[in-house]
Amino acid sequence: MPFAKNLVCRECGKKYPLEPLTACEDCFGPLELDYDYEAIQKFLSREIVQERPPNMWRYKEFLPLSEPPKVGFDVGFTPLIRAKRLGDILGLKNLYIKNDAVNHPTLSFKDRVVSVSISKAIEFGFRVVGCASTGNLANAVAAQAASAGLESYILIPEDLETVKIMATAVYRPRLIKVRGNYDAVNRLCSEIADEKGWAFVNVNLRPYYAEGSKTMGYEILEQLNWQVPDNMVIPMAGGSLLNKINKAFNEFEKIGWIKKNTARFFGAQASGCSPISTAFKENYPEIQPVKPKTIAKSLAIGNPADGYYAVETIRRSGGRAEDVSDEEIVEGIQLLAETEGIFTETAGGVTIGVLKKLVKEKHIHPDEVTVAAITGQGLKTIEVLSENDYSIPIINADYGDFEQLLK
Amino acid sequence: MAVSVKLPRPFRRMTQGQTEILLNGSCVRELLDDLESKHPGIQEKIYDDRNQLRRFINVYVNNEDIRFLEGLDTPISESDKVTVISAIAGG
Repeated sequence: MPFAKNLVCRECGKKYPLEPLTACEDCFGPLELDYDYEAIQKFLSREIVQERPPNMWRYKEFLPLSEPPKVGFDVGFTPLIRAKRLGDILGLKNLYIKNDAVNHPTLSFKDRVVSVSISKAIEFGFRVVGCASTGNLANAVAAQAASAGLESYILIPEDLETVKIMATAVYRPRLIKVRGNYDAVNRLCSEIADEKGWAFVNVNLRPYYAEGSKTMGYEILEQLNWQVPDNMVIPMAGGSLLNKINKAFNEFEKIGWIKKNTARFFGAQASGCSPISTAFKENYPEIQPVKPKTIAKSLAIGNPADGYYAVETIRRSGGRAEDVSDEEIVEGIQLLAETEGIFTETAGGVTIGVLKKLVKEKHIHPDEVTVAAITGQGLKTIEVLSENDYSIPIINADYGDFEQLLK
Repeated sequence: MAVSVKLPRPFRRMTQGQTEILLNGSCVRELLDDLESKHPGIQEKIYDDRNQLRRFINVYVNNEDIRFLEGLDTPISESDKVTVISAIAGG
């Protein structure tokens, strides 16, 4: 039984039925899913959820599908790791890493949003899906469209990392490189979605798509034994993930599964593309768009549509937004790998870099429970390590040579 | 001077289905004023209470966001391509 009621405009409150819609028709505000939380509360319990298989669909009542999922059956329920060694170095006694670098099937948190949006696209009767992507979304849409036998159109900025391009192309979608940055691709996709009757997951299916991100928040709460962390550190591109994890916490508060959403939300950006953290720090009333220039291409959105709400969420929670340089991003990737054995992409480097900065500047305290969201896989942005010196020797297959090396 | 302006889908109900419309003006603001005179009431959707573009509306001149140009005062010449689009997020 579906519990999603309708779409509601975040700006003016106008309600819409559950249809493929990009934005409010009156004021262009973003549309949020509303649910019958009373009914969910009566129907569901934490115990029921815990008996279900370990994937994101254990929270299906909080997702906007009317039918069982059509793709991505095993997505989610990624590990929440107690990061003792990284915590020791940073000076944190209760640090956790939520590791979506090993999400299924395409190794990023985008598997969550795409499972929901492509399932919804099939419910709506679409035969063609698409997206504008900085890479991870391209991988996820291409893979899941292939698994459903749907045609897909995937538009990316021309300068994406090689692996992100190849790990999309392999599924044989209609992959198109666009001259310009992500914001240009996004604008083009918006025009295409207006003209063609296709399901662009992050355009005309965006309200459904974005709901998938909430599952990362539900999992964190369940994996912390229904305790709310003191601090959440989350990378921001458009700002949606941070807002949706906050929504997930609020929903569990609403139905009484946690006491209160007291978490402080910290948003992480790359200094080369930091419109949200800049708006926070400078107290701007609106987000000022920027032209991205950073190695964290998955976060390189210069015109983040959810940025305004991300700033609002961060402020209300008592958190902060912060950004780090490209050098700090690579250091962050390296630090997480060396201490926890987790290899993350540049976005994860941003998260770890910002976490380090927040601890150093005493915005996060040693005893607090802190969760850092790692959203993507290091193998996809391997080129950013090319300048690191790993001093890898070559020897003959000779034991004497090996002994010599150890001296 | 008339310039062709492309409108997003939700506007089309107010423009009798027209997706592109010829408007007169020497800057973006004047084009949007002309849009209002041709389709009264439409400006309410574009501007907020302070007469600024609504938060989730972006205007592009030749594919460049006018916030990188001169905003509503961005000058327009005959060969320019103007597009009004709702802001969308992604990644």
